Amino acid sequence: MRLFSLPRWLAPLDRKLLRDLFAMRGQALAIAFVIAGGVSVHLVAAGLLSSLEETRRAYYERYRFADLWAPLVRAPNGLIDEIRRIEGVQAAETRVRVQALFDMPGMEEPATGEVFSLPDGAEPSVNQIVLLRGRLPQSGRRDEAVVLESFANAHGLDIGDTVDATIYGGRERITIVGIALSPEHVYAIAPGQLVPDDRLFGVLWMSRSALAEAVNQDGAFNEAVVRLGYGANEAAVRNALDALLEPYGAPGAYGRDEHISDAFISSEIDQLRTMGSVLPPIFLAVAAFLVNVVISRLVATERTEIGLMKAFGYTDAAVVAHYLKAVGIIGVVGLAIGATLGIRLGQLLASVYTEYYRFPLFVFQPNARGLVVVTAITAVAVGGGAAFAVRRAATIAPAEAMRPPPPPDYSKALGARVTSLPFLDQQTRMILRQIVRFPLRAAFTSIGVAVSGALLIGTLFALDAIEEMIDVYFNVANRYDVQVSFVEPRSRSAYFELLSAPGVLGGEPYRAVPVKLRHRHLEEQMRLMGVPVDSRLARMIDVEGRPVELRPGGIVLSQDIAEKLAVTTGETLTVAVTEGRRPVLDVPVAAVAMTYIGSGAYMPIDDVNALLREGPVVSGANLLVDSARTNALYAELKAQPAVAGVVLQRAAQRNFTDLMDQNLGMAIWVYTIFAGLIAIGVVYNSVRISFSERQRELASLRVLGFSRREVSYILLGEIAFLTLLALPIGGLLGTGLAWSLSRAMSSELFRVPFVIDPPTYGYAALVVIVVTAVSGLLVRRQLDRMELVAVLKSAD
Amino acid sequence: MPRRRGAGAPRVCYIGAHAIEARRRPRAGAARGSLRADPPDENLCFKTEGLTKVYGSGPSAVHALRGVDLAIPERELVVLLGASGSGKSTLLNILGGLDRPTSGRLLFRGQDLTNASQRELTLYRRRHVGFVFQFYNLMPSLTARENVALVTEIADDPIPPEEALALVGLEHRLDHFPSQLSGGEQQRVAIARAIAKRPSVLLCDEPTGALDSATGVRVLEALQNVNETMHATTLLITHNASVADIAHRVITFSDGHVREERLNAVRKRPSELSW
Repeated sequence: MRLFSLPRWLAPLDRKLLRDLFAMRGQALAIAFVIAGGVSVHLVAAGLLSSLEETRRAYYERYRFADLWAPLVRAPNGLIDEIRRIEGVQAAETRVRVQALFDMPGMEEPATGEVFSLPDGAEPSVNQIVLLRGRLPQSGRRDEAVVLESFANAHGLDIGDTVDATIYGGRERITIVGIALSPEHVYAIAPGQLVPDDRLFGVLWMSRSALAEAVNQDGAFNEAVVRLGYGANEAAVRNALDALLEPYGAPGAYGRDEHISDAFISSEIDQLRTMGSVLPPIFLAVAAFLVNVVISRLVATERTEIGLMKAFGYTDAAVVAHYLKAVGIIGVVGLAIGATLGIRLGQLLASVYTEYYRFPLFVFQPNARGLVVVTAITAVAVGGGAAFAVRRAATIAPAEAMRPPPPPDYSKALGARVTSLPFLDQQTRMILRQIVRFPLRAAFTSIGVAVSGALLIGTLFALDAIEEMIDVYFNVANRYDVQVSFVEPRSRSAYFELLSAPGVLGGEPYRAVPVKLRHRHLEEQMRLMGVPVDSRLARMIDVEGRPVELRPGGIVLSQDIAEKLAVTTGETLTVAVTEGRRPVLDVPVAAVAMTYIGSGAYMPIDDVNALLREGPVVSGANLLVDSARTNALYAELKAQPAVAGVVLQRAAQRNFTDLMDQNLGMAIWVYTIFAGLIAIGVVYNSVRISFSERQRELASLRVLGFSRREVSYILLGEIAFLTLLALPIGGLLGTGLAWSLSRAMSSELFRVPFVIDPPTYGYAALVVIVVTAVSGLLVRRQLDRMELVAVLKSAD
Repeated sequence: MPRRRGAGAPRVCYIGAHAIEARRRPRAGAARGSLRADPPDENLCFKTEGLTKVYGSGPSAVHALRGVDLAIPERELVVLLGASGSGKSTLLNILGGLDRPTSGRLLFRGQDLTNASQRELTLYRRRHVGFVFQFYNLMPSLTARENVALVTEIADDPIPPEEALALVGLEHRLDHFPSQLSGGEQQRVAIARAIAKRPSVLLCDEPTGALDSATGVRVLEALQNVNETMHATTLLITHNASVADIAHRVITFSDGHVREERLNAVRKRPSELSW
């Protein structure tokens, strides 16, 4: 076929090359797409990774994001000088930070959030905000605030609009004077949540003097934020800060690793790194294999031409260069497709990122180094794949090359006895002998198909895992509908009042207290939860999914905390409370539980009350709510000055599910396509090569009177057999991949359970089978168009 | 030995009950079907009327057959001679149901194959036709016996593979793979494979083309043996004019026409041929 004319200046050998490539364009493209898969995954991962890291670095630097946060109860403003004098502190700021409830018009549920103070008449030296529109609040004005952009957008708030907020028990009507972003709220999420809900989480910035007055912090602060100098020892500064602030009720400072927004970005960065290091090698290895197979085949079919070229006086090097050029073109096309796809996909993902990660500017920057690296790896993989085949081309002696090759010898193939079994029909025998005769190629084909199946399982498993996380977290462990926290610990009667609120069907109190858990030299800072011994609404779950029984006198730890503290069931650890009178107690570990989301330490509420030497005091309650009467409850909660925060489980679950459906859903699609690319690359090439190698046999069979279907059986039976063989191998590989990904993707924030639902295997198998069938049908079309006579009368 | 090429005066010879005259034919379809004693149609294996085959179209069209009228009786061994491109292979392919004529008519035992569908042609090949090609086209992954069994498994009334191989003198090579057989042996396996289904017609396109003379003789003996014992109408294309001496009938092609058709009064055994 002549679709285009080649320029005259092209050397004859190069013309031949281009025509050869055009003739095998299907296979060449299949390989190019596999290469493109590896290249694009790498570029997306590397590009997003560097874009995210660079954007975060620049943002934090420019707006002076803190390195340490030191919350406390109340300390005099004058302490700031002492903080600034701590060695290693480059800048420090004090501020007032309180929880708030927002009563938004048109929304039944209460929104929770925080209010931060901004210094009067000056920019803070730490944690500056990015004022997008409007102005800063005037000093002393209790009715003015800057609002976080995501919250404003979610509620359609603009400058001049008002927000009703319950701040520290007091109801305030606040006018929006500015809209801002903040490095502290890149991932704007309420404490204890996993997925941002812009409607339900708001942040306000008010003038320091006004907020202090509103929350009874005149002349005082309740949080210090610190930026470290270059090369400063974070732990040392933290210790100094803790020592300085302990008298003021500080539970202990924490760093960026425990700052919720930054922890999420870090977790995302880790996942990108994993994605970028696991997938591209798989793609490029498969591409190398395909190049080897296809070029081997090309060399085999071109024996005569090679002999001729050499007879004419072309050197070995010229012959090698000829075929390497072909490979090079495939590689370049693959790179080009991959780069284009990678950059487009990166931009697309970047736009998804900006929905969740709020930077002043987030642009996907293709990583130039990534492109160089992936080009080099592609060249090595593809060139390596071609090396053997091309070397064979160079070493054929011209006279030998020009004779048609003898028929392949099947007499010494392994497994001849099996394939000679009398009950086999001849077609099946041919299929089996082909496999047995070329076991390595069959194995690679099978493994290639298996890898694509494994990739599918490895990615689809994420859905299963997250579903399991959601199910366990929301339906087994935390079965309450609404969690209410009080501004300050209150007596049990406050809890009983909540129980009698409209729509409340039942509930359990909890007592949360900041503690430091110590075991030997190890220390973890966290929130200890006191819940009823027979709690049904807030429980910890063991490995088998059963709730862990709380027993008086013992503490139950989540596995990650137990690991960090190197403590096991039965051992004793020290619980140091970091508020109030700061009691310290040695407590045996009653059990270690699995938590997929967050970390936890649970004790019976009575024990916590006893530990704190207080009466039956509660920090809040977990409530079961009649879903028909939630609005009445919400109205009541919004009116209660004692309520500091409300967590709505249904909304949280919905957000989580949405996140999974939308973004993970998209990621899964992308991976499914990539896995499909591998399957197509491997299967289509195998069948296509099998076809061209066996064309003569197949034509003979047609001449002998075999129908197209019977002939297709021989051609497609082999790939069908290898695909069937690949399915269990793929299942095993996929299980392994899922296991390693579940380890790699787990972070401080959540642990990805290693759970694969049976339908996932089925779905992966289905995709592989469909891809095989489609590839088979594509080649079958060529079988139908085969010129019988021409094939049979050629010498080969 | 003098060559007996069909030139000069018409000769009459007898094959079975039919007296047939062979004579030089005029070109381009004049005086069509003017053999003096055409065999009755019921004894014909193939009958073609004005068969043409054109490949391609426009100025680049190739006229492979330009109107061929033939009547080939059952059981004959027919040799087709002619230069490359004279149309003999095209005719053989059309007779074997591998190709369709552009125009004209083809009858197999009185049955019109001209407009048969692909499926019908596949069935026709499966039931009636045995092919032997220059390049043996064996399945390298199957032994001699299995190569023959390939056909016997789909045939209605086959002879056992072992017997078919014995007919071509390969009873001692049953379990050898093609790679373990010589060229002549491979070609005889191909013949055994072609005859195992008891074909009505055996179509051989240069079956000895790739073989040395001694091997070629063995292959021809096998073909003649099959023709005589199994009564398959056998058409054999060759470039070797001396092979024509084993035939009942010799048809010479030239430029898409039948240039000459003659009958051999005396047939030679393959061993008597001068190669």
